[in-house]
Formats: sequence, C-alpha cells, structure tokens
Amino acid sequence: MITRRMKRLALLLMLMGAMALLSGCHGSKGLVAFEVPDTFDESRTHEITFWAKNDTNMTQVAIYEKAIEDFEALYPNISVNLRLYTDYGRIYNDVITNISTNTTPNVCITYPDHIATYMTGTNSVVPLDALFDDEDYGLGGRMVKFDSPVQEEIVPKFLEECVIGDRHYALPYMRSTEACYVNKTYVEALGYELPEVLTWDFVWEVADAAAAKDEEGNYLLNGQKVMIPFIYKSTDNMMIQMLRQKGAGYSDAEGNILIFSDETKEILETVALHTSRGAFSTFKISSYPANFLNAGQCVFAVDSTAGATWMGSDAPLTDIAEDKLVEFETVVMPIPQFDPENPVMISQGPSVCIFNKEDPQEVMASWLFTQYLLTNDVQIAYASTEGYVPVTAKAQESAEYKDYIARCGEDNELHYDVKIKASQLLMDQTENTFVTPVFNGSASLRDAAGQMIEEVTKGVRRKKTVDDAFIEKLYGDVASLYRLDQQSGRSASTVDSGALGPLPATSVILLAALCGTWAAMGLYLLIGVLRKKKAKR
Amino acid sequence: MKKILAILLTLVAFSAFAVMGMAEGVMTYADYAAAEMDTEVVIETYVQAHQSWWDNKVTVYTQDQDGAYFLYELACSEEDAAKLVPGTKIKVTGYKGQWAGEVEVMDGTFEFVEGGDTFIAEALDVTELLGTEELINHQNKFVSFKGLTLEGVEYKNGEPGDDIYLTVSYNGQSYSFCVEVYLTGPDSDVYKAVAELQAGDVVDVEGFLYWYEGVNTHVTSIAKAQ
Repeated sequence: MITRRMKRLALLLMLMGAMALLSGCHGSKGLVAFEVPDTFDESRTHEITFWAKNDTNMTQVAIYEKAIEDFEALYPNISVNLRLYTDYGRIYNDVITNISTNTTPNVCITYPDHIATYMTGTNSVVPLDALFDDEDYGLGGRMVKFDSPVQEEIVPKFLEECVIGDRHYALPYMRSTEACYVNKTYVEALGYELPEVLTWDFVWEVADAAAAKDEEGNYLLNGQKVMIPFIYKSTDNMMIQMLRQKGAGYSDAEGNILIFSDETKEILETVALHTSRGAFSTFKISSYPANFLNAGQCVFAVDSTAGATWMGSDAPLTDIAEDKLVEFETVVMPIPQFDPENPVMISQGPSVCIFNKEDPQEVMASWLFTQYLLTNDVQIAYASTEGYVPVTAKAQESAEYKDYIARCGEDNELHYDVKIKASQLLMDQTENTFVTPVFNGSASLRDAAGQMIEEVTKGVRRKKTVDDAFIEKLYGDVASLYRLDQQSGRSASTVDSGALGPLPATSVILLAALCGTWAAMGLYLLIGVLRKKKAKR
Repeated sequence: MKKILAILLTLVAFSAFAVMGMAEGVMTYADYAAAEMDTEVVIETYVQAHQSWWDNKVTVYTQDQDGAYFLYELACSEEDAAKLVPGTKIKVTGYKGQWAGEVEVMDGTFEFVEGGDTFIAEALDVTELLGTEELINHQNKFVSFKGLTLEGVEYKNGEPGDDIYLTVSYNGQSYSFCVEVYLTGPDSDVYKAVAELQAGDVVDVEGFLYWYEGVNTHVTSIAKAQ
C-alpha cells in the first residue's frame, strides 16, 4: 500500500517537476514576437534590469546611475536595476546562459556580433524598427517625456551598424575607433618626421630602428632594458583592418569565411618579421600599451580611442608608478594605413539591445529607458569620460559639446588633450570607418583573426620557424578551434547552437532533467500499458 | 671504460631525480628561474589555490619547497579543475612569459602526478622586504605581511561584486594589493572581511605575491592586527 502511494506521489512530483521545467524553459522554446502596444500604461509598475559595461571608470558608473535616477523621476512607474560589467565577453556569456531560462536582462550594452548569437533564441531580441517609427513612443515621439532624438538625428553610419539582416536590433550608444598614440619625441630622436598619415611601412621602419640595443643589452633609444617599439592592444582589430585596407576578404554577410587567404599570410609574415627584430608585441603577450608608452618603452601604441585617458605623460589615469613616467610629446593619429589617400579604420563602441519579455508593457518600459540613453545629457556626459563620440548629431552639434571640444588641453582631467583629440579623430574620420558583417558566428571569426597574430608573434618569440607549414597548420588549428570549418554560409537568422560553444552547465542540467522527466513519464506509461496487456493474458 | 662511465652517469642522474621525487626532464625551480623568457618549461609543482574555471582554462597558484609559479590560463577541463585542490602535485608544460612584471607559465598543459606527495606552503613573512629589491625573488609565493596600515578600499565598480583594490602602507610607502574576485569571490571570508575594515586600520595580510607593474598581492585573508 505504501509503495503504491509512493509511486503515485513520485508520478505527481515528476509531473510537477516537468511543468516547472517546461515553464522554466519557456525562453528556450521562444517568445511570441513583440508587437508595439497602442499605449504605454503608466498605472502599472515595471522593474527592469540594465546590464552595462564601463571601462573601469567610476565616472562612467556615476553617469549610468544619474541617468537612471533622472529617468525614474520622469517615469516613477519604472524602476531600473543596474548591473555593471567591465568586460563585454562576460556580458555575452551571461546573456547566453540566461537566454535558455528566459532570465535575460531587459536592456543590455552589447556589440552587434553578440546580438547575432543572442538571436538564436526565438524572438529573444526585440527588433526596433516599429518602435523607432511609433508616433507616440518612438524616437522623438509625442508622448515621450524627454527630449528624445528623432531617427535622422542619430549618425546614420552608426545606426546602420545596428542592422542585422534587414532590421535594427540595437541603438548605438557610444562610438570609438582605434588610434595610434605616438611618442613623437622618440620618432624625432630616431631621425624621422611623422607623416601626415601613418603608413604601415613607416611604422615598421621606425619600430625596427627603435629596437637597436647597445652591447650591454640596453636600448639605444631609451637607455632601458625594456622597449616594445610597436604594441597593439586588439589584434583582432589589427587583422580585420589590415585586410580591409588591402581590399582582401574577411567574411561576407552570408557568413562565408574568407580569412584564410594569401593576403592574411602576407600580413602574418610581416608580423613575424618585425617580431623577430624585436619591434612588435601585443597586449596579450606583454601588457597594456599605455603602460609601455608612458614609461618611455614604446613608440607606437595602438589602442581604442576609448582608452585615451590612459595615454601620455600627463594621462589622468595610469597604472604605473610616478617615478616610471617619462616626459614625451604624445600625438594621436589614425591607425597605420596601406593607402594613405584612402584611410580606413574600424568603428566600434557599445550599442544597446532590448530583450523580449512576455509582457509588451515591460518591453515598452525598456524601450523608453533605451531611448533615454540617447538624450544629450547622457550622451555628452558619457562621451566626455573617454575618447568616445556621441552617437547623435543632436549631441555632437550642441553648444555644450562644442564647448567641451574647444577647450581641448585646458586641463589634464575633463579637457585632457589626448582624450579630446581621440574623439576629434573619430569625428573627422567617421565616413572612413567600417564594421564587419554580423552573423551567427561572427564573434568567433573575430577572435580567430586576432588569434592568428598572437600565435605568430608567440611563435617567433619562442624561436619557432614561421614558414608556409607553420601558417598552414595555424589556419587548420584556428579554423578547428573556432569552428570556422563548420561556419560557411550562416546568416544572422540561422539558428545553430554550435556557434554558442558548449552549453552552460546549468542549461545542460536543465535539459538533462527535462529529458529524464519525459523519459520517466514515458516509461511509466509504457509499464502501465504492458501491465494491462499482461493482465489481459 | 667509457661505457661503464656512461652507465654510471645515467644511474647517478636517475637516482638524483628519484631522490628529488622528480621525473626526468623536469626542471628544478632554480632551472625555471634561470630559463630565458619565451622558452618551454616543464615543472612539477603543488597546487596552492586556483581562480574560477572558465572556458576550459584555469589560472593556478602553485609552489614547491623552493619557489612558486603562476600558471596563467592552464588548459583544463571543468572536471579536472575540481581536482586541483591545495597540495595536489601536477606536472606542467608551458612557456615562461612575463606580463606587466609578473613572471608566469603561459599556454600550459598539465597532468596529475600519480601517487605524488602533497605540499601546502606556510605563509612566508615578507613584511620587512616591502620596498626592497629582494621582494621580487619571492614572487608568487604564499606570503604574509604584518602591521600594514590600510589606506583605502576601492571596489572596481564602486560596489561589491568585482575586484577590490586595497591601498596599504608600511614605513611610509604605499602599495596596491587586490582581492581578486576570481580567486576569492564575494562569498569568501576575505571579501566579507574587507567590508568591515576602515581606512587607518592596522592589518595583517596573507596572500599570493602577484605582480602588476609592481607588487600587487592577491589577498586571501585580512584581519585587524592583534
């Protein structure tokens, strides 16, 4: 009797468990596509989460907090919970983990490459076009309680970067590019004069010259034991931009991988040559470019314009001891070019996407907050923390922002000249920027592009021979490691969990539990049927 | 005669490795310390702690009787990471590298030493070495500092959840230490202990002698000095 009761109890528990798991897995099955409601009901309260990234910069954190406070004052029915990250990769991984359980944030700072992966969850990311156009709550809408920009006031180039397939899945938040921070004092000490536009040939030549040592192993240029003449922070950007400048393939919008080419090989051989001369290294191998530059141990440091406050003798932020700082003149230049007449550089920086929820009113609350991030107050304040550029013409052309730019060099804090020159660089070069095609797996391709430069650089340092065989093996290893050999022809809308890498442990447990429950239920029914059959006999 | 000599030398070499409990081809700490940067290194060492496993990699603090090693992003399955408990002996093959002053083993792989002994280091008091050139000779070791003055506590994001940067001073000189969140997260005793401290408190500290542009100990325990 007890056994039968226990069996029934077990069945009941299994059913309850299955129901709970099914409801928990709702996100993995997909949400109903979001439709803009007729009105935003302000009588209902909403609590939304905002996952944001800062550059380990407390001023940026304070700006996020103030934006939330000001927004909540306008919309007392919406409460915004801020979760801070200092690393895009961690946001990406956490979002992926949360898609399977429909516990994504409402609003998230991200990159379009990452959104393409988030879109593998059905209707998980809200397409924004209908929201943009809504007369009441859209960009510059009648019912919006703040001075929201109209669509035309968002820099078209930056907005285009948020298109995946044929729809906008994000709004740009901040834009940056890469800059080459040059120790002009050292360039001239070596007998060179900086050209108007840096070329790769120039940079390699000067870097080789800067690597000369005396008999005791001290570098002639700085008299120190350490000198990395040319250091690159983001080697994925390095490879992507070099290929673009050469007009060589990287990928296409369909997700075809074009990177394993002769042009890539040529770039890798050049990197190997100058690494062997002691002229080049990377952030991953050595450390932050700013630390070497500011210690007089580097001539050319390529890093984001969003890292400008760390660059130069008078940088407001620094990680090295004061007694290691060296005085020199810092010049902010676009990255080196193959064709100085037609400079090309990457556009980067955070965008904001909105995750779908069962309640369209909650999505509307997220949308209003997202729009608020494009107001002049937020845009100008945040852009001024680093060498960022506001993403709206409305902010860029405001008297407040123009005054900020005009006061370049007035002090070494808010008006630090290297930082403002970095922002100016992007504003001058906006039309020469580009982004790479976004598809499910494009984030992996980006990693692979950088990894090839890292591997070649490490290979040379480790006295390996970088020849055809090395590069051929590297192509194979990288293709396999980043699953690029399974990648060709996957557009953003293609669902393929392979690009996500291994499922997170929580998801595996959840799915295993779900399968186990269904199997147990099936087994129970089967036993029941068999017993009935047996009884009939 | 030559053959006998060769045999004898081989026997001596084998017995030396046996006495030291090391496999053939494994470097001593002195060999490792003397090795050039970017050369391949093979070491046997004992796990003291590790950071959280991530993406088939784990960063491990190890030490033996002679010196300590920082194994950066060692290739490791999640299952094996769970077995890297303090004292465990592992054999590591990787490349010696230096990142912002921290000498470490990069791109390493490892295997557990079957039947290996165990070793857990006692904290070495290096208080009096602060500010001296000798301190770096103990890089990566499990160390202690007595009677430091806590000058400031700064959460990386302005609130608990990420790394905590501690500024401490001794004999009028300031140093930056870190509660590394991947080593000791918000639930750890040290993370909670920091929240109870005030600037001006005199503290005793234990941790791993990590380097980032100077000494940057990864703190594993902190308490007001008795």
